[in-house]
Amino acid sequence: MDAANYLYLSVLLFTIGAVGVVVRRNAIVVFMCVELMLNAANLAFVTFSRINGDLNGQVVAFFTMVVAACEVVVGLAIIVTIYRSRRSASVDDASLLKR
Amino acid sequence: MEFSAPVLNYTLLSPMLILLGGALIGVLVEAFMSKALRPITQLSVTLGTLVLALVQVWKVRNEQSVSAAMGSVVIDGPAVLLQASIIIISIISVLLIADTEHFTALAASLPGSDEERHALQTGNQVTEVYPLTLFAVAGMLLFPVSSDLITLFVALEMLSLPLYLMAGLSRRRRLASQESALKYFLLGAFSSAFFLFGAAFLYGYSASITFSGIRDAVVGGGGNDVFLLIGIAFLSVGLLFKVGAVPFHAWSPDVYQGAPTPVTAFMAAATKVAAFGAMLRIYYTSFANAQWSWTPMLTIIAIITMVFGSLVAIAQRDVKRMLAYSSIAHAGFLLTGVIALNKAGLEASLFYLFAYGITTVGAFAIVTLVRDSAGEVTDLNRWKGLGKRSPWVATAFAGFLLSFAGIPLTSGFIGKFSIFSAAYESGARSVVIAGVLSSAIAAFFYIRVIVLMFFTDPVEDGTSVEIPSSLTSITVIFSLIVTIALGVFPAPILNFISNLATFIR
Repeated sequence: MDAANYLYLSVLLFTIGAVGVVVRRNAIVVFMCVELMLNAANLAFVTFSRINGDLNGQVVAFFTMVVAACEVVVGLAIIVTIYRSRRSASVDDASLLKR
Repeated sequence: MEFSAPVLNYTLLSPMLILLGGALIGVLVEAFMSKALRPITQLSVTLGTLVLALVQVWKVRNEQSVSAAMGSVVIDGPAVLLQASIIIISIISVLLIADTEHFTALAASLPGSDEERHALQTGNQVTEVYPLTLFAVAGMLLFPVSSDLITLFVALEMLSLPLYLMAGLSRRRRLASQESALKYFLLGAFSSAFFLFGAAFLYGYSASITFSGIRDAVVGGGGNDVFLLIGIAFLSVGLLFKVGAVPFHAWSPDVYQGAPTPVTAFMAAATKVAAFGAMLRIYYTSFANAQWSWTPMLTIIAIITMVFGSLVAIAQRDVKRMLAYSSIAHAGFLLTGVIALNKAGLEASLFYLFAYGITTVGAFAIVTLVRDSAGEVTDLNRWKGLGKRSPWVATAFAGFLLSFAGIPLTSGFIGKFSIFSAAYESGARSVVIAGVLSSAIAAFFYIRVIVLMFFTDPVEDGTSVEIPSSLTSITVIFSLIVTIALGVFPAPILNFISNLATFIR
């Protein structure tokens, strides 16, 4: 199968993630969409690694997974704290700071 | 298959390793030290590590190496200058962070809960902000010296993640502080996803993750230009977000306002140095030969950023938001240094970053001093007549504002003058014209604040100026001296920068 198809898939996943971040209102879902974007980038790295015949891209994918895991730790800590003090994880409710 | 152990040059990496070691010690201190000794121990550990790292940076100032860590880290003149600037800015910011008055006693407790009140009354103040600062500083040191995409991405996250948490630690207005942490985090994670996607396409274009490999591919041509364009565009989104350029600036006023002021000072100054450092390196080395593809885009962004920042700052009634928009405008001025793409532009940017960072920390240090019974007063209307009540503090703040405005005899003037003349030299006329015009607009609102402080009568509403603690005074006095000294005698430091400022490839 043509490796370029995986690239199209990765662009598609990235777009779904990006649209999700913009339109969804729940902080957890927004965060999941960011994770989807990171994984789309991972897929692109691995595909390019295959196309270019170079292993570095796959190494990047591993690093990204680790970094994404750290991001989950920090992100969920922040979202849970917000949820405990407001009883809501909606990004629209968080509007104390004026625009 | 043979595996060979990596060869690391520990001397060149030592500033970052020292900071990470110090941060780990800080975590242990947090866990095992008694609560009475904790704050002072944490402060000494943090300051000690920063000073030690600065000494190490000074020792390696004449080294040049692309193989400090198997080609992932490059140490050269600009790297040393940027690292030294970041550490100096961090030291004076840590002196502000040392005032625990700004930080919540227990970040995990609900705002206004009994748990929080109990922690405050028993003096059980957690001090996790110090190790978080050190982790962030280590990431900032790594960011501008990375020379491959993995290191760049890891460093980006290493400097961002602690900052997201630090933004939510304020003692007063905790809901707003947590909100700023959430906004910073979600938008930051969003932009780093763009950054990574751009990195993937640069890898696809060049079949290499190192900056030199990308440069070779750009110089050689032959790759798929669509990949290159997507790569540069998406990678730039991530970098422009970190420096707060329009249209990726939405987070910065909210985060500047919501975060504890010492954290704002640290973040505003040090992040900008680190992010522009990385940006200069990647644009000056890897993308230099693809100038056709990014100069138009970056020129437009720079012009919009300067004009937007300066215009919107006029309408601000809150001093922290005003400084946030002013920092957006300054991001635009600094982008002219990237667009210039010549040695003068690099030197000017390095000078500007250092001068601007120091001035920013000084300005926020003054903001921490103006208080009433409920904490800091950031409403500009209540700063009226500050000059009559406490002339020294108001004069220092006026000095910082004049430097932001770029009035002669301050560091801001030398910075702006050299960065605009470098851009003019390289033929980027439009950006220089926009820069000078928006500097004029910006001068208006800086001077309005000075008029407000000195030429209006004070209102009696309980606003008072705290007597600065000795640590805060050191920060203010140091920043003021540097701001004026760099404006009056810039030659020694300009020569020093000029001798070192060449990227090695």
